[in-house]
Amino acid sequence: MANDTLVRELALRMGDNTLILGQRVSAWCGHAPVLEEDIALANVALDFIGQTRLWLGLAADLGVEDDADALAFLRDARAFKNCLLVEQPNGDFAHTLMRQFLFDAWHLPMLAALKQSSDRRVAEIAEKSAKEAAYHLERSEDYVVRLGDGSDESHARMQAALDTLYPFAGELTTPDANDEAFAEAGLAPELSVIGDIYQATLTRVLNEATLSPTTTVVRKGGKQGLHSEDFGFILADMQWLQRAYPGATW
Amino acid sequence: MAATRLSGSDVVNALDAKPSVDEIWRWLEDVPDPEIPVVSVVELGIVRAVDWRGEDLVVTVTPTYSGCPATAVISLDIEEAIRRKGVDAVRVESRLSPAWTTDWITDAGREKLKAYGIAPPEGAACAGMLKAPAIVACPRCGSHDTAEVSRFGSTPCKASWRCNACLEPFDYFKSF
Repeated sequence: MANDTLVRELALRMGDNTLILGQRVSAWCGHAPVLEEDIALANVALDFIGQTRLWLGLAADLGVEDDADALAFLRDARAFKNCLLVEQPNGDFAHTLMRQFLFDAWHLPMLAALKQSSDRRVAEIAEKSAKEAAYHLERSEDYVVRLGDGSDESHARMQAALDTLYPFAGELTTPDANDEAFAEAGLAPELSVIGDIYQATLTRVLNEATLSPTTTVVRKGGKQGLHSEDFGFILADMQWLQRAYPGATW
Repeated sequence: MAATRLSGSDVVNALDAKPSVDEIWRWLEDVPDPEIPVVSVVELGIVRAVDWRGEDLVVTVTPTYSGCPATAVISLDIEEAIRRKGVDAVRVESRLSPAWTTDWITDAGREKLKAYGIAPPEGAACAGMLKAPAIVACPRCGSHDTAEVSRFGSTPCKASWRCNACLEPFDYFKSF
């Protein structure tokens, strides 16, 4: 594959992760348990949408689409390359926070490594995004510990969230042929390196939170465009306006 | 009677008299941040360069947060401010690297934030001080007896704090 084709694929994977998680998290706006959390979730979602504009903007530059919006609003499910974790439903607050933690703990070391990418455009977006990801991880780590090692009810809910979501964590650090091509071209790190850091963070934080994974099952497919049944509903919600009224602006 | 007539080269010089880069920096000092209008875009440290490229004036800005909705407004405000001064061929370019840090907020900007009721960032972000700092002075009463309420606030760049001495809530411009 030509280098630009690889860069585009990498940008789609990074940008689709942030787009879909941003879309998911933004659904909490106006519904969070307390005002401060409402604001926090909206801010995190906003960071993700901002990062999406950078990644999908780069992907659009290297493709035939006009811009990042065209990629977000006019692609069908099979063309999205996000991992399955980010499309999982919001569930209760515990599920939302656990999903966030499992993503942030991967996102930060991934972006930190992408700052060394052989492609300058990738490195620059990673540099900008990594600062935001560091802030996100601090918050989601704190919460996982506070609620995991909290009341009986909060502990039970966090453990239930981990049971549901842990099988989706493995996909983030399981390389496929594209991941190997990225690493070979120096565009992205070897995922095994990120996997070591990821596992160390998970072990440390989950131990402190008195939570433990109860399965070793890994569910994957999102990076190849094979999504879970929830995914179509996300796109229906996110894309209907541009589909119904193409080019609408306001 | 012809003594005062301008020569051809005088006319060209007059047309060529582009405002200097220093002068344009001074104009930008009057462009406020749309969300926190007491500080200018220069004081916030988001204007990274001003260059003449041929006949075009290029102002390079860097976003604070990648999703900050103010970024587009800031670019527009900068273009408008410069056009009002009579320079039409102006464009604003975005630069991601090096990534913006609150360390670039000027001392004057910090004082203005404080006077406006926003605690300025504590410590140096470049030293890895991302964690909330232990001591943030209340911008109203100056007390150090303060606590973080939420890591996020009314804009991406702020966190919500409260003062235990004067009991007032306040925004903290987080070190980033």
